[in-house]
Amino acid sequence: MRKNCFLPILLLILPLHNAFAETAEEKGLAIAVEADKRDTGWVDQTADLEMILTNKHGESSRRTMKLKSLEVDGDGDKSLTIFDKPRDIKGTAFLSHTHALKPDDQWLYLPALKRIKRISSANKSGPFVGSEFAYEDLSSQEVEKYTYKWLRDETIDGHDVFVIERFPQYKNSGYTRQISWMDKEMYQPRKVEFYDRKNTLLKTLVSSDYEQYLDQYWRPGKMEMVNHQTGKKTDLIWKDYQFKNGLGDRDFDRNTLKRAR
Amino acid sequence: MKYKIFIFLFAILISTNTPANEWSGYLGTEFRYFTQDPRDPGQHDENLSLVFEPEYYHEWDKGTQSLAFVPFFRLDQHDNERTHFDIRELTWLKVAENWELRVGLRKVFWGVIEFQHLVDIINQTDLVENIDTEDKLGQPMINLALINDWGTVDLFIMPYFRERTFPGIEGRPRNQPVVDTDLSKYESSAEEKHIDLAIRYSHYFGDWDIGVAHFYGTSRDPRLLPTVNRSGALILAPFYDIINQTSIDLQATKGNMLWKLEALHRSGQGETYNAVAGGFEYTFVGIFDSAIDLGVLGEYHYDDRGESAATIFEDDLATGMRFAFNDAQSSEILMGLIWDRNTGGKFLNIEASRRIGNDWLLEMETRLLFNQSSSDPAFAISRDDYLELFLTYNF
Repeated sequence: MRKNCFLPILLLILPLHNAFAETAEEKGLAIAVEADKRDTGWVDQTADLEMILTNKHGESSRRTMKLKSLEVDGDGDKSLTIFDKPRDIKGTAFLSHTHALKPDDQWLYLPALKRIKRISSANKSGPFVGSEFAYEDLSSQEVEKYTYKWLRDETIDGHDVFVIERFPQYKNSGYTRQISWMDKEMYQPRKVEFYDRKNTLLKTLVSSDYEQYLDQYWRPGKMEMVNHQTGKKTDLIWKDYQFKNGLGDRDFDRNTLKRAR
Repeated sequence: MKYKIFIFLFAILISTNTPANEWSGYLGTEFRYFTQDPRDPGQHDENLSLVFEPEYYHEWDKGTQSLAFVPFFRLDQHDNERTHFDIRELTWLKVAENWELRVGLRKVFWGVIEFQHLVDIINQTDLVENIDTEDKLGQPMINLALINDWGTVDLFIMPYFRERTFPGIEGRPRNQPVVDTDLSKYESSAEEKHIDLAIRYSHYFGDWDIGVAHFYGTSRDPRLLPTVNRSGALILAPFYDIINQTSIDLQATKGNMLWKLEALHRSGQGETYNAVAGGFEYTFVGIFDSAIDLGVLGEYHYDDRGESAATIFEDDLATGMRFAFNDAQSSEILMGLIWDRNTGGKFLNIEASRRIGNDWLLEMETRLLFNQSSSDPAFAISRDDYLELFLTYNF
């Protein structure tokens, strides 16, 4: 009887022992790799996005856009953002072929002139259409873009989370580091703090209303970014996520920009 | 039969694929104030104008077919030529994996340079709108784009030519003397029915974007020939030559720096000539710890016809600054100065825009000319400095 009990206990101890041998950096990376693995295989995705910009006086303005993304094996994803509101920029489209560490390829389509303009992707830290989200916050999240460090485990709002620090490795980031509260069940962030180049807390992102799609992929219904230094905030309301729509490279090329709706 | 066609059209219009039956567009009012007395006493110091450009869009067949319709109306206080109607776009589009076919009236843009659009040739300029030549008339065409791994080849057949619009006798800014479009002449006996052709290859290689094109057909920019009209007045009569033009446009995107080049070789319009425009745009992201981006532009424009060239860009340096405030109102200011190296003439442009609320957009534009030599084409408008306010409601 005793002998029979011993083996299961040993099996329990072995993985724990491995965990103790792992450094905080290794554990942080392992969590990022697991998150990436779990979010692989969605092939393509479309969603409608409403963006509400609020200034420190409480005045708000709205933008709506459609987002399409294509998963690319061994490279960053391709994405196409098509603006619908405000109406003066309706039809403006932003195409990005992202890469892990090498600069992204980006084009902007200006419908009034019917002009496709290759734009610099060096602007990572600048605001995306006047919002509190920087280009780098909305870009494809590849594992290689950061180095990681596991800080501790915590519980926020009843959810068990890993608290991980990550440090951008790509050029022109506006951040020294980010701290991410990664849900242990979903492997998706519930909260992220962004520290500016002077290592001062700049922004906090809270993601909520997660739903699971295709029995695997968790997506937030709401993301709220607060800028602590300016008092401004931006809410993203995500709607109508759809996966595996049969999109391909042709839906993310320069020709598509001219007819994106 | 007609009944069946109607049913078919109706079925298309109510089909549930998105976006179906979408209307958008803008309604605007423009005010221009000219700071100097006009060269011609028939011209005015102030001008008010209304503009309406709705857009209808419908797509079906899972988005692989679509129809776009964009009529344009302008009502101008003084200039009968500027009061006009155009169909900017009426296009049927069919998309397949390896090709895209477009039939109808539409606008096509080629090029990378900011201060002029040297290689852009498919559409006629709607010059009564603005002297920046960025407003275009809808061009009737059949355009087949062949999409390959090695790049896109666009073929254009343009069965009907659109004459350039020119301001009327009371219009401002305008040529001196006035251009009389009733006296337009063509080299081709087919006149505006000459079938114009174009081919363009475009692609990108890493951070290089390239376009190579050839155009054969009616020159979009006419020669303006001094002529005496029936009532004995001196006017300018447009003459449209048949030309061949080969062009290249190139951009290298290196971090915050964009390097740009456009060049063309044209024959058939007087002596054969070459023109080139090259330059850069460098963006400083988030200047002074703010959200404001500052773009600095520098360009050089050359035309080997020299002073006889019918362009203001025959040997000119251009420099500019673009402020993007990255705020909720998408505020922007663009300032540009063109300096003629031979005559010392200067042309200053300032454009600014800011959204008001969610639906209104206010734009400001000013164009000022200094030290224009009487030998330069810009001399005609040298007393037409103006300030413009343009307010639009977008829906």
